[in-house]
Amino acid sequence: MTFIDYYKILGIEKKATAIDIKSAYRKLARKYHPDLNPNDADAKKNFQQINEANEVLSDPEKRKKYDKYGKEWQHAEQFENAKPYQEQPSDFRGQKYSRAKSGGDFSDFFESMFGGSANSGRNRQVKFRGEDYNAQLQLNLTDAYQTHKQTLIVNGRNIRITIPAGIENGQTIKISGHGGSGINGGPNGDLYITFSIANHPGINRLGNDIYTHVDIELYTAVLGGDITIDTLSGKVKIKVKPETQNGSKVKLKGKGFPVYKIDGQFGDLYITYMVKIPTNLTERQKNLFTELSKS
Amino acid sequence: MDAKRIDDLIAVNEFCVNHNIEISFLNLLQQNGLIEISTMESKYFVKKEQLPQLEKFVRFYYDLDINLEGIEAITYLLQRIENLQNEIIKLKNRLRFYDAHG
Repeated sequence: MTFIDYYKILGIEKKATAIDIKSAYRKLARKYHPDLNPNDADAKKNFQQINEANEVLSDPEKRKKYDKYGKEWQHAEQFENAKPYQEQPSDFRGQKYSRAKSGGDFSDFFESMFGGSANSGRNRQVKFRGEDYNAQLQLNLTDAYQTHKQTLIVNGRNIRITIPAGIENGQTIKISGHGGSGINGGPNGDLYITFSIANHPGINRLGNDIYTHVDIELYTAVLGGDITIDTLSGKVKIKVKPETQNGSKVKLKGKGFPVYKIDGQFGDLYITYMVKIPTNLTERQKNLFTELSKS
Repeated sequence: MDAKRIDDLIAVNEFCVNHNIEISFLNLLQQNGLIEISTMESKYFVKKEQLPQLEKFVRFYYDLDINLEGIEAITYLLQRIENLQNEIIKLKNRLRFYDAHG
C-alpha cells in the first residue's frame, strides 16, 4: 500500500484554503465525472482519486489527521486511540458525491487511514439509487443466433439473464435493478452488459445477413444439381443451376441472422460458390477434357 | 388510480425530499424540455424510466455547479456521443466483416 498525495491529485498547495480545495475539486470533477465521460474507465479512475482527495481535504478533521500522519499512515491507529475521530456534518453540497455513487470506491490507503466508506456518516438517511455496473460478456456467433439464458456472477450474486437472439457485437443491454444496492431504501442501480461476439470460421455476419462460401464440384457447376449445406439453423438443401460460374453468389432469403427482438424475422444468407477443379485425373478423364476443349 | 401506472411513477415531492433539493429545480427542467412531469389527482409525478437521467441532472446542477443552459448543452452532446458510439460499433462490425471476408 503506497502513500497517496491528495494535494497533488487536486493540484493544490498544502496551505490551500477550503475555498481553494472546493474550487480545484469542482474543476477536476467537471472534467472527469463519469456522467460526463460515459464508458471511459480512465476518467472513472481519475474521478475516484479526486473524490477521495476531496473527501479527506475538505473535512477539517480528516485533513488534520492526513497532514499529521500522511506518510506515516501506519501510526494513524494510535492517533485514533488518543483522540477519537468524530465525523463532522458538512453543509457543502459539492461534497455530496454519494448522490452519484459513481466514485464511491476508495483506495486501500484511505480505508486504512480512515476506515470504511467515507459516505457512511453523511447520508442523513437520504435515499440514493445504487451504482450502475458495467460488464463484458463473450459470446460465440452460434450463441448469439438464438435466444438463450446465461447465469452471470456480478459482485458475488448469481444473475440469470435472457440474451435475445440477434444481439450485435459491441451492443450493450441494460438489466434494470441488477446494479449496486440502493442506499437507505433507494432503488438499485442497473447492470449494463456489453457483448463481444467472436468470429465464426467460414461464416461472416453483417448486420442480419450472413455470408459464406460453399465448395461445389465442377460437374455440379457445369450440369447443375442439388447440394446440402450447413447453416446456423441446420442443414439446407439447395439447387445449383447448370453452368454456375466460380465466385457467383446466391441469396437464400430469410436464412440469415434473426433480427434483434423481432420474432420470426431473419436476415438473408449469401452463398458464394467456389468451384472445385478436379485433381489427379486419370488418362481417360484427361482425354475427355481434351475432347471437350476441342468441341 | 391505476395501480400499474402508479408503479411506474415517482412522486415529485418524494424525489425532492429524498434528494434534498427544491421542487423548483424539477420545474425548471420541465420548462426546458429536459424531463416530463405528469399530474394525477393534483399530484405531480415523473416516470420511473426518467430516474437515472433526472439523477444525472441533479448531480450536474448541485454537485458540479453546472447551470441549466450547461445541462441542456451537455445532454445534447452526450446524446451525440451515444449516437456516434453506436455508429462506431456498426462501422467496426463492418470493418471486421470486410477484414474476414476480403
